[in-house]
Amino acid sequence: MNIEEYRGVWVFIEQNDGKIEGVSLELLGAGRKLADKLEVPLAGFILGAGIKSLANQVISYGADEVYLIDHPVLKDYRTESYMKGVMKLAQNYKPEIILYGATPNGKDLASAVATDLNTGLTADTTMLDIDLDNRLFEASRPAFGGNIMATILCKKHRPQMATVRPKVMKALEPNAGRTGKVIEETITLKEEDMRTKVLQIVNDVTKKANLADAHVIVCGGKGMGDEKNFQLIFEFADTIGASVGGTRDVVEAGWLPHHLQVGQTGETVTPKIFFAVAVSGAIQHVVGMKNSDMIIAINKDPKAPIFDVATYGIVGDAMEILPKLIAQFKQVRIEKGGEVSYV
Amino acid sequence: MHIVVCVKQVPDTKIIKINPKTNTLDRRSAPAILNPYDAHAVQEAVKIKEKTGGTISVLSMGPPQATEIIKKSIEIGADRGYLISDRAFAGADTLATSYALSKALERISKDLPVDMVICGKHAIDGDTGQVGPGIARRMDIPPVTNIIEVSEVNLKENTVLLKRKLTNGYELIQAEMPCLLTVEKEINEIDYAPMPNMLKAARYETTVWTVNDLDNVERTQLGLKGSPTIVGKMFTPPRPEGGVKQLEGSSDQQVKQLMGVLMEKQDLFTIPSAK
Repeated sequence: MNIEEYRGVWVFIEQNDGKIEGVSLELLGAGRKLADKLEVPLAGFILGAGIKSLANQVISYGADEVYLIDHPVLKDYRTESYMKGVMKLAQNYKPEIILYGATPNGKDLASAVATDLNTGLTADTTMLDIDLDNRLFEASRPAFGGNIMATILCKKHRPQMATVRPKVMKALEPNAGRTGKVIEETITLKEEDMRTKVLQIVNDVTKKANLADAHVIVCGGKGMGDEKNFQLIFEFADTIGASVGGTRDVVEAGWLPHHLQVGQTGETVTPKIFFAVAVSGAIQHVVGMKNSDMIIAINKDPKAPIFDVATYGIVGDAMEILPKLIAQFKQVRIEKGGEVSYV
Repeated sequence: MHIVVCVKQVPDTKIIKINPKTNTLDRRSAPAILNPYDAHAVQEAVKIKEKTGGTISVLSMGPPQATEIIKKSIEIGADRGYLISDRAFAGADTLATSYALSKALERISKDLPVDMVICGKHAIDGDTGQVGPGIARRMDIPPVTNIIEVSEVNLKENTVLLKRKLTNGYELIQAEMPCLLTVEKEINEIDYAPMPNMLKAARYETTVWTVNDLDNVERTQLGLKGSPTIVGKMFTPPRPEGGVKQLEGSSDQQVKQLMGVLMEKQDLFTIPSAK
């Protein structure tokens, strides 16, 4: 493999039903920085059926080029059909870096493509950079349960690939005046050759209570002590109309279901206010909440790493602070004459 | 129906130490367990076998003591266990791991053709989820990841009906067999091991293969040599600029200051009416 032949930064633009996933736009923002550093074009590539109109949006979010494969068999995501398309694009145009959102489909696709391209893939990254001296992509992620970051390199194989956690990178402000090149590729696919069929897609947002969309989250950690004490987290959240989240430890202890876990292997959240209560602040947790607008940390240990990312910190016992906060909010409620809400 | 479940022995990630010289896991520092997602994969195979009959094999790659998790899988209900163990496999990333496991699967299917491979969604030490789809590609069978329900196995049509978890919901997929599934934890509850399984597991002799027991192996694709990715460096992320504003004073004073901050954002709160 002559790695010098590989140039350009590419982003997989994941679309569902003709709507581009937020993480793909975030990756165009992150990819823009990498491409500028390498002085190469940034490209987005889209697969699907009837998706040509999405090209302009991809350009407006920072891409110089858009590669399209439009085919009826690509209507819904399937590993076997999508990977054929990506293989064709990657082999023809030889990008040096490909980024995918770490969504179920993005991870599935990247894993299959990496195998067939015989190249390296780094999973669930949260920091991306370029080592210009060696022209190497540095893909970093929390490792080993999340108390340390590891930078993964792929020195001798191309493209260098990574999946990237949603809501960690920032999308650019869209600029409708941006111009770019649209390149359309064709592919031969037959429905009868497909070994999998998507029979139905069911959108079910209720089940998740959608932590990812909450404006205010009260997140409890193992420092709450036991499940009984953890009920204070619920009580405080109820008092202010917030959603409840927890750390990996809390979920593993069975105090909360997995879909309420915040962190590397749970949800990434970006609320307006995030309360970290008796949360120590392990890296695997922090990557899932550090982009919140305001972080309020309450912890007994003044050296807890959570204070490194917090906006406001209280060194104190959550069992003492929370009841006082609850009482204060109840006071507000009465002063306001029992109004239903401030929203 | 022959189901092969791929399982991994993992250190309990909460107490693992890292060797500062090699930047690799010091596996001796933590107790080794069957990767929790893989336990659910074995359990799902047991549930399928209850309906279809057949054989469940488990396959792992790792050091000789990984036979412990084969025994654990037998307790849950697997029939046979295979371990590939050789220095040649050491230091493998996900690409080299899927290569070695696919070669072992090739060998297993020589004795009994494989209809389905099941893996856990990911292992809790690496958290990648990349090995399952990699194995599927190497075997040229369709991978279907993030499964939350195996709704139907149709032996006549040789198809399986699956529920696959998505970011906002799920999809119903029909896949031809042989195929490879990766499963989420919510797919099932692990049953208590029945006494006969416990007895079988205690006495079970795992089939252990070295690289020489596998056919047509390209050695350059194994282990560290066959791994395109390497760990460049390990670091603790830099502290952000500015940092925290610590609230001072007694707990009452701290709460009062915090209320001042929060009341500026009171529009964000939904405070129920007092009764």
